[in-house]
Amino acid sequence: MTDPTTAPAVAAPAGGGAPDAVAAPPGTPAVEIRGVDKTFDTRSGLVPALDGIDLTVAEGEFVSLIGPSGCGKSTLMRLIADLDEPTSGEVRVFGKTARQARRDQDYGIAFQQAGLLPWRTVAANVALPLELHGVASASRRDRVAELLEMVGLADFADRYPDQLSGGMQQRVAIARALAERPRLLLMDEPFGALDEMTREKMQAELVRICAETGAAVVFVTHSIPEAVFLSDRVVVMSPRPGRIQQVVSMQLGADASRTEALREERAFFEMVTVVREALHGAPAGGARGVETR
Amino acid sequence: MSRRWSAVAWGAGGVLVLVALWEAYKFLGPADGVVLGTTRVLPRTTDLAMPHVWDMLGRLAEPVTRSPSAPPLWGAILLAALTTLGIAAAGWLVGVVVGVGLALVMQRWRLAEWGLLPWIVLSQTVPLIAFAPVVKSWGSRVEIGAFEWQDWMSVALIASYLAFFPIAVGALKGLQSPDRIHAELMQTYAAGYWATLRKLRFPAAVPYLLPALRLGAANAVVGAVVAEVSTGLQGGIGRLLIQFAGQASGDPAKAWGPIFGAVVLGLVAAGSVALLGAILKNYRRTEETA
Repeated sequence: MTDPTTAPAVAAPAGGGAPDAVAAPPGTPAVEIRGVDKTFDTRSGLVPALDGIDLTVAEGEFVSLIGPSGCGKSTLMRLIADLDEPTSGEVRVFGKTARQARRDQDYGIAFQQAGLLPWRTVAANVALPLELHGVASASRRDRVAELLEMVGLADFADRYPDQLSGGMQQRVAIARALAERPRLLLMDEPFGALDEMTREKMQAELVRICAETGAAVVFVTHSIPEAVFLSDRVVVMSPRPGRIQQVVSMQLGADASRTEALREERAFFEMVTVVREALHGAPAGGARGVETR
Repeated sequence: MSRRWSAVAWGAGGVLVLVALWEAYKFLGPADGVVLGTTRVLPRTTDLAMPHVWDMLGRLAEPVTRSPSAPPLWGAILLAALTTLGIAAAGWLVGVVVGVGLALVMQRWRLAEWGLLPWIVLSQTVPLIAFAPVVKSWGSRVEIGAFEWQDWMSVALIASYLAFFPIAVGALKGLQSPDRIHAELMQTYAAGYWATLRKLRFPAAVPYLLPALRLGAANAVVGAVVAEVSTGLQGGIGRLLIQFAGQASGDPAKAWGPIFGAVVLGLVAAGSVALLGAILKNYRRTEETA
């Protein structure tokens, strides 16, 4: 493979690629999607949403799904979460079926809306999954305190969701998703409703949290800079039916620490350009042109 | 705090306006009432038809009968009102159980909703007066071991028949109210039906349930009073209404006593549910940002 920035869709983490990309996974991959199609049966007939999707997400890897509206990126995430079933093909999470993985609580999930229960305090919202799975109240309290500390909301434990800003609500939702120390985090445009400043702050926090927990992340987004800033690999999808157009490994320099300074760096802008061109379906020649810059 | 006081002031003001209208019409209106053609559209203003407000209130303090051992009228009414309240409360509780039960079944199975809801609506079109005696006569034949059907149970049953309807409809709407995102969240937690019910559907239903329970309480009181009248149950306020109305020609102010009692009864019943709402106030929050 001569062109690590534009590896074909089926590729596992690019061989000699990005230094920060996880090389061969030590165990089974976090997510393994093989030949998945998804067709929705609507009133106006069958609507193909996903077509021939193959994707592998290694343990601890951060993979973003990006593409225009209707490209099926949210649907793909819902298949991993077992909120929908594929029409054909197979989705495996940590080597198990998606259903089994959901039952075993192998993933945490955060949606575009925070989706907090309005009658519960911040602490009680974070505690919800622990409560449902019978964690004793003392260890529940400790874990919640730890999580709220992690997302910087320790002082807001007793507030109610309607007393928080949108960004704070989203942080609570992320804390809730992390409550059971999942090794896989599914996020469907979690920062989509936030303003740009809050968004960048949240991205930095997410990077820190991922480093702390070592969880693999599948992250659905509309934003190219967001995908580049966060990801090890960016999966570019095209619509109708949703296909994986290209998988782009992020190459952000040798010491690609994801700090605010990264947003100013040349490598960052280059990767933004690569993803943008992949997204706009530039011909293969055009994409190849990118590396020569 | 000032909002609460203004609410009290408006309430008191409303009562005063009512009293003023009553007395003004009594003072200004013709003694034979306002008659259009052969139809009387406004009542007679005689002391017999419309006693003065102060006469009606004053009568409450006087004894029920001329017998020297008779209790004051307000005492008799209070006792009757409490009896009816107890029966209505029993009916309300049965209505809550039945209403919430039906709502659970309808929420769980779409088919049940389609099959049951029309019947539930239809049930409320049956005239209460018509089937109250039927319930009583059926009840009198019920005897299971040591358990014997009491007449007050027929009244409570009829009260529950009126109470369950708004509760079933409100509870169904509430149980169906959680957003898709919340339902899916519970699914990702692999939470079963009962866990989802306890942690999500019931809490989410509270804002819908509270007005439904209040409506159910008011209905239970109306049902109990009407059922007392039509089954002839002794001891309740429905019975007093009939009894004192019969004495109205000699003692017009007395007949109004049980009417006031019934009004207060309805207020107490609805107020008790409002108290429940105050306890559950956190369940009435919404997710909106302050």
